[in-house]
Amino acid sequence: MEYFVQQLINGLTLGAIYGLIAIGYTMVYGIIGMINFAHGEIYMIGAFVSIIGFLVMGLAGITWVPLALLIVLVCTMVVTALYGWTVERLAYRPLRGSFRLAPLISAIGMSIFLQNYVQLTQGARVKPLQPIVTGVLPLFTSPGGFTVQISYLQIFIILLTVVLMAVFTYMIAATPLGRSQRACQQDLGMAALVGVDVDRTISLTFVTGAALAAVAGFMVTLYYGVIDFYIGFLAGIKAFTAAVLGGIGSLPGAMLGGLLIGLIEAFFSGYFSVEYKDVAVFIMLVLVLIFLPTGLLGRPEVEKV
Amino acid sequence: MSARKPLLEVEHLVMRFGGLVAVADLSLTAYQREITAIIGPNGAGKTTVFNCLTGFYKPTSGRLSLHHPDAIYLLEQMEGFRIASQAGVARTFQNIRLFPGMTALENLIVAQHNRLMRASGFSVAGLLGLPVYRNAERAAVDKARHWLQRVGLEERADWEAGNLPYGAQRRLEIARAMCTDPILLCLDEPAAGLNPRESAELNALLLSIRDEAGIGIMLIEHDMSVVMGISDHVIVLDYGRKIADGTPDEVRRDPNVIKAYLGEEETEELPPEVAADIPELRE
Repeated sequence: MEYFVQQLINGLTLGAIYGLIAIGYTMVYGIIGMINFAHGEIYMIGAFVSIIGFLVMGLAGITWVPLALLIVLVCTMVVTALYGWTVERLAYRPLRGSFRLAPLISAIGMSIFLQNYVQLTQGARVKPLQPIVTGVLPLFTSPGGFTVQISYLQIFIILLTVVLMAVFTYMIAATPLGRSQRACQQDLGMAALVGVDVDRTISLTFVTGAALAAVAGFMVTLYYGVIDFYIGFLAGIKAFTAAVLGGIGSLPGAMLGGLLIGLIEAFFSGYFSVEYKDVAVFIMLVLVLIFLPTGLLGRPEVEKV
Repeated sequence: MSARKPLLEVEHLVMRFGGLVAVADLSLTAYQREITAIIGPNGAGKTTVFNCLTGFYKPTSGRLSLHHPDAIYLLEQMEGFRIASQAGVARTFQNIRLFPGMTALENLIVAQHNRLMRASGFSVAGLLGLPVYRNAERAAVDKARHWLQRVGLEERADWEAGNLPYGAQRRLEIARAMCTDPILLCLDEPAAGLNPRESAELNALLLSIRDEAGIGIMLIEHDMSVVMGISDHVIVLDYGRKIADGTPDEVRRDPNVIKAYLGEEETEELPPEVAADIPELRE
C-alpha cells in the first residue's frame, strides 16, 4: 500500500511532464493534421535553455530560489517558443498544401537537425545540474518502516502543471485565439472565410505548444538533474503515445493520456522491471492503435463531404 | 430608381481548370443595396464565380474590383482571409459549413474574431481578463445575440451548431456571415432544401438585410420563387458565359434564357443528314 502510494506520486509527476509535451502534439495534429516529430526536440531545447538559464542565474548571483525559478521558467518559455515558431516557419509553412507526407518528412528532418545542432553547440556529454529545489515532505510511515514521501519539487511540478493546464484550457475555451484555433481545427477553409488569419493561428499554435514543452523541459532538468541532446527522442515518442492514448486532437485527452503514461511507467518500473518500462509504454501504443484507434477521448474521424 | 452605385465589378473573368473552361470571359456588375441573383443550369460556373470572389480559387485572368466608400479592393490579388476581414466579402455554402462542434453563439463570435483579437492584444488581455477585452467581448456577444434573434435562433444559442435542424443551420450560416460586417454577402443556394414556409422567411430576411444593413447581396439560386420574388437584378450564366442580364421580368422573357433552360426546338439542332431520315421532316 505504502509502496503503491509512493509510485502513484512518482507517476503523477512523470505524467504531468508527459502531458505538457503531449498537448503540443495534439494541438498541431488537430489543426493541420500533421504529427510534429520535431516536438520532442523542442522539449529537449527547453531543457537546455533552462540549464543555461540556471548557470546564468548562478553567475549573476541570484540565489533566492523562487526568483531564479521564475526568471528561468519565463526565459525558457520565451526562447523555446521562438524555436517552435521558427521551425514552423522554415520547415512546415512552405510545405502547406503539398502532399501529406511532405511536412512529416520535413518534421523528421527537423528533428535530426535540432538534435545534431544541440550536440554540436553543447557537446555530446551529459549535462548535470545540482539540485536546486531540495527537501521532502514525509507523508506517513508504514509499520514496516517504509516512509511515503513527496518532495517539494514534485509538489512544485504537479502544481505548476495544474495551473498551466487550467490557464491553457481557459485560453482555448474563452479567448479569441482559442476560439480561432478551434475554428481552424473544425474547418480551415471556412475559418479563413470568416476572417481568421489561418497562418497566424497555426504559428501561435506552434508557439504555445513549444512554450508548454519548454516547461516540461524545465521540469525535467530540475527533476532528474541530468540532460543530454538525446532526451527529446524518447520523451517525444512517449508524449506522442500519450496523445494517441488520450485521442489525438483532443486536449483533455492529451492531459489524461500523459497522466496515464506516467502512471504506467511508474507502476511498471515499481512492480516489474525498470529496464522494461519503455517496453510497457510502447506496448500501450500498440494496444491502443489496435483496439481503440480513436483513443480514450478522441472522436471518430468523420469524413468531410 | 435612384442612381445605382456599383459595388462589385467583374471584368473579363476567366477560370480554367486544365482544359476545362469553367468561366469564360465573364463581365458583370453588382450594385450597392441590391440583391443580384446569378442563375443558370447546372455546371454553368456560378459557384466558380463565388469561389473566385472569395479567394478559394485564383482566377486565371480578369479583374474583380470591390468598391468601398473610400477605396477599391482588387479581390483577385488578395489572400483569402483578407478578402473576408478587410474587403468585407462574406459567403455561405451550398453544403453548409458551420463549425459543427461549437455552439451557435460561438460560431457568431468567431466571425467577429478580428475585432476581438485586436482588442485582446492577441489574447494577452483576454487571458488576464482586462476591461478592454471584456468590453469588446460583451459587444461581440451582444451582436451575436442580435443576429441569433434576427434568424430566430435565440433559444438555441447554446446548441452545438452540428445538432441544429437543417433550416436553422442555413439561417445560422447567414447570421455568421453578417457578423463579419460584410459589404457584399454571397449566398450559395440559401433556399436549397428549405420548405416553402422557410423559403418565404428567408426572402423576408434577405430583404430586411438589404434594406437595413444597406449592403449588396449576391445569390446563386435554383428556387425561382426566391429569385423572382426578391432580386433586383438577375444575371444568367450558361457554359461560363453571361447570356442575359436585367430585371427579373426582362430575364424571364429573354429568348436566350428560355433556350438555355428548355432547349431549342429539336429540328433546328438535328444535322441535315439525320433530319433527312425522319419522314415527317422530309415534306
